[in-house]
Amino acid sequence: MAHEPHDPQNHDHPHDHPHDHAHGSGSELSPMDLRVRALESILVEKGYVDPAALDALIETYETKVGPHNGARAVARAWVDPAFRDRLLADATPTLREIGVGGRGGEHMVVVENTPDAHNLVVCTLCSCYPWPVLGLPPVWYKSPPYRARAVIEPRAVLAEFGVTLPGSTRIRVWDSTAELRYMVLPMRPSGTEDLDEAGLAALVTRDSMIGTGLPRHPGARA
Amino acid sequence: MNGGQDLGGMQGFGPVAPEPNEPRFHAAWEKRVFGLAMAMGLSGRWNLDASRAAREALPPGEYLTSSYYAIWLKALERQVTAHGLATREEIASGTVSAPAAPVTRVLKGAEVEPLFDRGFPSDRPLDVPARFAVGERVRARIINPPGHTRLPRYVRGRTGTVESVHGSFVFPDSNACLAGEAPQWLYTVRFSGAELWGEAAEPGHAVSVNAFESYLEPLA
Repeated sequence: MAHEPHDPQNHDHPHDHPHDHAHGSGSELSPMDLRVRALESILVEKGYVDPAALDALIETYETKVGPHNGARAVARAWVDPAFRDRLLADATPTLREIGVGGRGGEHMVVVENTPDAHNLVVCTLCSCYPWPVLGLPPVWYKSPPYRARAVIEPRAVLAEFGVTLPGSTRIRVWDSTAELRYMVLPMRPSGTEDLDEAGLAALVTRDSMIGTGLPRHPGARA
Repeated sequence: MNGGQDLGGMQGFGPVAPEPNEPRFHAAWEKRVFGLAMAMGLSGRWNLDASRAAREALPPGEYLTSSYYAIWLKALERQVTAHGLATREEIASGTVSAPAAPVTRVLKGAEVEPLFDRGFPSDRPLDVPARFAVGERVRARIINPPGHTRLPRYVRGRTGTVESVHGSFVFPDSNACLAGEAPQWLYTVRFSGAELWGEAAEPGHAVSVNAFESYLEPLA
């Protein structure tokens, strides 16, 4: 991804660096910036936290880990039936075959959408999410409306995401209440027979691997 | 704990609201909190379950009106002071005034990639057989522990079916209060929408939770 020029007026743009604003001039700092800076100073100065580890953690989860990993797994499953079977039977070592794994994905479970059943993943108690395949969760996934409603009215939630399924399709909700992390294997869209793995992966949205979306159709790419 | 975190089935929050560009972090302080919480979680003074328990211990009104990383920050501040790693005055002022306390480990920058790529598996061997089998009907116990638990309120007392037996894992209820990992068998249990929410439940819907063995009882 090309790096955009830094815009000093846009403090929320997604490409800012770990140090940009918290360590800028003091007059710009919010009360929360000051509060966190004080805590960080204490923890670093007392020797509990290595600043290099902080930078590495932030960089890893801000830039390296993301849904492109999950999309690769889905595309591989669409073209390789044996890989699909292994992924559904024992996801953790199967994802390792394509170099995907680690913190937040130690015990992966992949659930497959079919014409009869659609899967939806939530964590009602906190924010459990399969980091190695999808990265850090979006805010809505961690927020009360989704956590409260996904288990009691999943069809209504899906409709808000623009996903309307036939009444005959069962909805399977997976509440991540332990250290098992779920990823949805969506159905391969029609009209994709000519696409290679990379072309297929480009159709796999993050939401389609949570269950709140469906893969893009070819020609409808954003 | 029946706290603000146990959200399944609550009503009145309004629509799910995805953000237009979905930034991973909304302000510089959020990413610092993320990094600090992850790093201190490996200090050996507490564990992931304890951190979840600290977040859940916020009063429900405060939990529900705090942003995600604000909850993390408040819990981390409490953990740091409760474990004697810093005083309230120190974290309020940003100035060290008391000697450092020992920690088991200080995560180094070069350790992050190999350690996080390997992950932190929580499966543990157990030399007793699983009590329940796939296909068996079970009831989620009615429990209301004052401490950490991973059995959500909306399934307590409800009857479901064991879908899978995953092996034995660290038991969060014990691990969170630093009382040992006390591994237990872990199951996936499926509940029908009607069993959880009554006759007006959306048709054709089922919810599966991961449940530790002591959360479940056999149907008589």
